[in-house]
Amino acid sequence: MQINTPFFKQRAHDALADENLQKALGNLKAGFPEKRAIAVDRMPEFEELRNQGRDLKNHILEHLDLYIEQFESKVIENGGQVHWARTAEDANQIILDLCKQVDAKTVTKGKSMVTEEIGLNDFLEANGVQPVETDLGEYILQLREDHPSHIIAPAIHLNLEDVSEAFHEHHKRPKSDDPAVLMQEAREVLRDKFVAADVGITGANFCVAETGSTIIVTNEGNGDLTQTLPKTHIVVTSIEKVVPTLEDMTLFLRLLARSATGQEFTVYNTLSTGPRREGDQDGPENFHVVLVDNGRSEMVGSEFQDMLRCIRCSACMNHCPVYGAVGGHSYGWVYPGPMGSVLTPQMIGIEKGGMLPNASTFCGKCESVCPVKIPLPKLMRHWREDEFQKHLQPKAARYGLAGWAFMAKRPALYKPYARMASWFMKRLAGKKGRIKKLPLAGGWTDWRDMPAPQGTTFMKAWKEQQKNGEQP
Amino acid sequence: MSGTNTSMSRAEILGNIRTGLNRNQDDSQRQQTVANRLATKADNLIPGRAQLPFTEQVALFKAMTDEALAELIELDSIEQVPQACTDWLSNHGIKQLISASDTELTALDWSPLDQQQITRTERVAQAGDTASLTSSFAGIAETGTIMLHSGSQSPTTLNFLPDNHLVILRRSTIVGVYEEAWKKTREKYSNSMPRTVNMITGPSRSADIEQKLQMGAHGPKNLVILFIND
Repeated sequence: MQINTPFFKQRAHDALADENLQKALGNLKAGFPEKRAIAVDRMPEFEELRNQGRDLKNHILEHLDLYIEQFESKVIENGGQVHWARTAEDANQIILDLCKQVDAKTVTKGKSMVTEEIGLNDFLEANGVQPVETDLGEYILQLREDHPSHIIAPAIHLNLEDVSEAFHEHHKRPKSDDPAVLMQEAREVLRDKFVAADVGITGANFCVAETGSTIIVTNEGNGDLTQTLPKTHIVVTSIEKVVPTLEDMTLFLRLLARSATGQEFTVYNTLSTGPRREGDQDGPENFHVVLVDNGRSEMVGSEFQDMLRCIRCSACMNHCPVYGAVGGHSYGWVYPGPMGSVLTPQMIGIEKGGMLPNASTFCGKCESVCPVKIPLPKLMRHWREDEFQKHLQPKAARYGLAGWAFMAKRPALYKPYARMASWFMKRLAGKKGRIKKLPLAGGWTDWRDMPAPQGTTFMKAWKEQQKNGEQP
Repeated sequence: MSGTNTSMSRAEILGNIRTGLNRNQDDSQRQQTVANRLATKADNLIPGRAQLPFTEQVALFKAMTDEALAELIELDSIEQVPQACTDWLSNHGIKQLISASDTELTALDWSPLDQQQITRTERVAQAGDTASLTSSFAGIAETGTIMLHSGSQSPTTLNFLPDNHLVILRRSTIVGVYEEAWKKTREKYSNSMPRTVNMITGPSRSADIEQKLQMGAHGPKNLVILFIND
């Protein structure tokens, strides 16, 4: 996928002015956070589940090599094959080779962010294999030659009208604006594709070391048809998805659905363990697992290791004020929102992804809803430091910061200037206390008023408090 | 494999992880920790919700299946299944039942179907099938979830391809939480796993168009639980 992260500012600017996008994003804000809150309320132990989820992931990461080896040997024991891919290119080549082994013409796909990450669809198509997305949202996007803007609700940036147009154009049926009719249309069109496909590709939410099983979690049932009907099932997943036992997987399943869609449980939770067994009447004859690294192994032992706890639930972006305002495409690559702002610089480099860790107000909402308590603001701060040390920020930001630091370290200079600025802003704001336009702060005042400083300066208030013996 | 060397990737990935963890030397303690965890299969926190007397677990199961929009039909015995299928199918104008072939099902008297000219076929599912009938392994009260195992007499496609899925669930197989179902699975398969384990909670759905929930995406539009009070 093309990398547009360096243009975050412009894309965010355009997104704010895009009425259709803003309408679509309204559905997100009203939906997921409320549903999650209800589900969490119904599970009094939720906080303790989060703590255990965090601790278990940390345990797994401390023993990651051993659990992956165990998973691999169990897959092989059950008649499957495991392929290791250091890079996106390696993964694509492995998958293409597996498709060619069975002369595949079409490949059905369940929803998978890892295959988005490695750009699998374009690669397969360029090499004569036709991928067919089967998740309703992904299918809509494929028809529109679009990409997901959200990791579990890929078409969240679209409105009914967009879907209606796309189906009318591609299905050659009368145009409908009834979501139920549109979904039925997709069901009918994709039925034949499911049956005709030579290979089915799915992701995996977790890989169970104990049994060599992979599990997918879907509401539509598309992933199950994808992996059951074709001759070959390829699971494309990444190395941090391994969990020790079925009990450990269960802990994460309890966290995942509630954090993601606010459901008590996702409709279909399906474990796959190897290929068709003797006497089985259906199921794939070949079972492959492609373990993708793509920068993850370097995160182990680094200041970004905590990010490998992520179970891709999307709660962080669902609750993020920045994501909610600009949508996923503004982020310019595969993973949006807070988790994307940490992961993207790791995968495409801080030189290209540096805008993203800056696209945060550090309000901390993401961390407060994360099912495995990833300190997302802290990790974004690590990237900002990294960016600063590598001198990658724009000159204005560097000089501005240097100037501020110079002043801040010299109280005799800082205090009078702070007083002056405060006085100036109060004058500018007038009686209402709101500033409509402020030099050098157009990024703020173009969209909303800047509140004028209230009362005295912080230093002065501090001094008075100390004098009066009040607690700060 | 042409063009890629997965064993080299494997060595690099595992090497990176070990370097990151500073563990290139003695690994015996870590190996012991991992072996213990895999052998113990210890429970994590189990929510209090389903830790109930059995009759209340059954009531919770029913309430949760209702919330998940599954249909539940109570029967006194397995012998009533053919009549219940006949009634449900004829109410929905369906003339076909694709069935799993386990002995529990084949042993039943299916003559009620004949009276309504409904045909019953034992095979895997095909595109266009309107209704299927399968058995199940367990019901999980916590979320109203049914667990099904694949096997030579229970093809997985029956759970997904037909428009309507009728599934037999015995009251005696209800458990409180997922963990109990895993323990029963391990017992049955002597610590191994069937090829596919399906945990199903209600019929297929999607909210991918404007976040509005629509029922019947790619899987069954109706999930009908034939609940045997055994």
